[in-house]
Amino acid sequence: MSGSPWRLALARLRRNRGAMASAVMLCVIVAASVAAPLYADHVAHTDPFASNVNGTTTVDGREVDVVAPNASGLGSTPIGPTLEGRYFLGADAQGRDVAARMLYGGRSSLQIALIAAVLTALIATVLGIVAGLAGGWIDAIISRFLDLIWAFPVYLLAISLATVLLVQGIELGPITVDASSLWLPAVIIGLIYVPYLARPVRGETLSLRRQEFVEAAIAQGASNPRLVFGELLPNVAPVIIVFLPLIVATNILTESALSYLSIGVQAPNASWGTIVQDGQGLLYTRPWVSIAPGILIVLTVLALNVIGDGVQDALDPRGRIRGRRRTLRRGAVA
Amino acid sequence: MKQRLLVAGSCLVLAAGAAGCGGSDGDGGDSAGTPAKTAEGDHRGGTLTMLWNAPGQSIDTAIAYDQNWQVLRMTGDGLLGWKQVSGPEGTDLVPDLAEAIPEPTDGGKTYVFTLRKGIRYSTGDEVKPSDFTYTLERQYKAAGPAGGFYTSIVGAEACAKKPKTCDLSEGVVADDTAGTVTFKLTAPDPDLLQKLAMPFAFVVPKGTPNEDIGTDPLPATGPYMIESYAPDSEMVFVRNPEFEEWSAEAQPAGNPDKIVMKIGLGLEDATTQIQNGQADWMYDTPPADRLGEISTKFEKQVHVNPGPQVFHMALNTRVPPFDKVEARQAVNYATDRDAVIKIFGGPALARATCQILPPDFPGYAPYCPYTKDPGEKWTAPDMEKARELVEASGTKGEKVTIISTNDETTKAIDLYFVSVLRDLGYDAGIKSLNGGVQYAYVQDSSNKAQMSYSYWFPDYPSGSNFLNVVVGCKGFTPNSSSSPNLAEFCDPAIQKQTEEALALESTDREAANALWTEVDKATTDAAPWVSLYVANRLDFVSERVGGYEFNPAVTGGFMIQKAWVE
Repeated sequence: MSGSPWRLALARLRRNRGAMASAVMLCVIVAASVAAPLYADHVAHTDPFASNVNGTTTVDGREVDVVAPNASGLGSTPIGPTLEGRYFLGADAQGRDVAARMLYGGRSSLQIALIAAVLTALIATVLGIVAGLAGGWIDAIISRFLDLIWAFPVYLLAISLATVLLVQGIELGPITVDASSLWLPAVIIGLIYVPYLARPVRGETLSLRRQEFVEAAIAQGASNPRLVFGELLPNVAPVIIVFLPLIVATNILTESALSYLSIGVQAPNASWGTIVQDGQGLLYTRPWVSIAPGILIVLTVLALNVIGDGVQDALDPRGRIRGRRRTLRRGAVA
Repeated sequence: MKQRLLVAGSCLVLAAGAAGCGGSDGDGGDSAGTPAKTAEGDHRGGTLTMLWNAPGQSIDTAIAYDQNWQVLRMTGDGLLGWKQVSGPEGTDLVPDLAEAIPEPTDGGKTYVFTLRKGIRYSTGDEVKPSDFTYTLERQYKAAGPAGGFYTSIVGAEACAKKPKTCDLSEGVVADDTAGTVTFKLTAPDPDLLQKLAMPFAFVVPKGTPNEDIGTDPLPATGPYMIESYAPDSEMVFVRNPEFEEWSAEAQPAGNPDKIVMKIGLGLEDATTQIQNGQADWMYDTPPADRLGEISTKFEKQVHVNPGPQVFHMALNTRVPPFDKVEARQAVNYATDRDAVIKIFGGPALARATCQILPPDFPGYAPYCPYTKDPGEKWTAPDMEKARELVEASGTKGEKVTIISTNDETTKAIDLYFVSVLRDLGYDAGIKSLNGGVQYAYVQDSSNKAQMSYSYWFPDYPSGSNFLNVVVGCKGFTPNSSSSPNLAEFCDPAIQKQTEEALALESTDREAANALWTEVDKATTDAAPWVSLYVANRLDFVSERVGGYEFNPAVTGGFMIQKAWVE
């Protein structure tokens, strides 16, 4: 194992300072998000999902309104950053602790992005390998199906699906996904990015299919499962691994966009996108409500991209699959 | 009846119409934009620029319901109208195209109107009595939303069943020679005169297509006519060359020479434009985070007026858990109306209420059972009582989904209620739908919507417009997206009282109003709504707008044509 390609790749990744720094930053964000309930209970002492419009809090020994009405009787302003345990980043228009919500929001955003990425990877791997291995009409059908999804601008497709599915949720035989469940945006995002991974997997499979070691296995009478799990999957895995952090990053952006449009994570659940939206009406008075989750989105996506670059360089120092990464990015933008 | 959808992004009331005098210096300036004070007190001239956030809708008076009424009132007229003045007098009926308001005869089943002579459309054609028959037939033929208002007219029931062959010649009898229009009813309708003042009854000439004309302006009788209309960019009003003021009370001549309504600008940008004097009035209320700023820095440009809209959460009385009256009452007791008003925009914009009828409405008597100290006024929530009622209802832990929209205020208030419901032990959440479909969705009983935020703006001042339409049995149509009774509330005993009040309307108004008071109390006790607040309207105008007046009628609001630009 000492000289295995995986170990060599890991060693190369460790030497990449940017990737390592990003990994540390990502770990901090993930850990903080996981610890959201602890922060809410023991630091902020608040329920970040409960409205507290008429509540009060103590700042510098003075009791103040969490959401203070303006003297004219028109409009009100939530408390700004106190830099104390309670309302560290201030409150939103509902009087909820922004810092605590941001951590809970991170849980939702990361959870959805990860579930969606795994879903994408699973479906794309199956479709890509089947298409590449079977060829013929099966390949044609799968490829055209992928082309069909590819043809839609990705955000338009996501918005359309979310708008429709939010009305009734998903009911497919025994599979039921409630409209308010975090699984709904995860499934939608997971599906729309399938072509962006399935196509490179198919290409890699087609390429491997013509390799001598695969032909030798076929000549020796290897069954299809043996071919897939013994020969193809281990060699396709680097493509998937390189894509994975990039897909997670893209998923975070997509989830934030959908939630910002109120068709992703449904209230009172929070995600970074919903918190940005919560702050939209407070941009003139309490800009931090929107800016803070925005910063977290940027940092997380940046970290995942740098890690993705590092993984790619580690697994394929000659840039064998670089072109396909560009394909994903181009597709995601579309 | 009318339920106005909240304009996306607005935190407050939808003021109707919009006036902004635009363009003297800089953008919008043109030859017509030069104010011309021709004499002392004469403010004619200039261009008013108004801003409207939402995409424009049909300007066909047979089709448009509510959102365009404030501006369509400047171009059209019916036989009657509401007095174009500010204050309570603004809801008084006055003769408009008719010479006088007729007294009913034949036991309240016949009304004879005499038409003013010499009034012409903007096309130059004279307005004739037979046009009124055509106008009301067209309401059915064009599948307008208001056919239900006129079902008491002879022949209207048949029109409702077979709109394409609608014939009201027996019910709206026109005599072009004598200049009279006679309305014959199958039964007395005490609200008929009010209904004839609504824009649905604004006269159109014979030959107007019997379909929604959409963006093509109808011939105008008012002081202005629509010169152009692009629903996603602007509507332009210019003076009607055929207009001569016949009654300042009914249809005053306008001051601005031109009124430009710009459509689609975001609320933040619109507020900034008014502040900068780039536009003169915004139809929508400024967003919540700008209210503090404009109320202090631009105090003189802010106008707040009382309105009769009752904002409420409708609780579906046919779907668990709110099929139990205790559960509905529990939410009523638990609701902190001060908190909701704070979310809505502050105490200057709304007054807490617990009942169905708004203040100063016929039949209104202050009543609030859902407060810490029950009486006439809401003071504080009673969580203890609310929790007891939830326990008594046996509904604790049940799932409740609030059908919301992306509108900022709606969403914020729905979020507050999620918190209240969770506090009461329900498994509460929100389903957010597109603003364009949400209202139709919650009306359709097949969707089993449990709870939704809504408001009701009465079409005319009568207790029946609330108690018979929005919470009465007749307001509920199963599996229909035109069913304004969102709570699906129908109590036979209360409905019997409602019918009695309706019968009394045409013979004894005072007795009818006393009965409406009882119906209001009984309905409030049954809690189909969590009545929240009665909203005021806020108008934010530019510094150069003078002559601001506010008309409280349904076609009213800021009277654009009476304002001037300096």
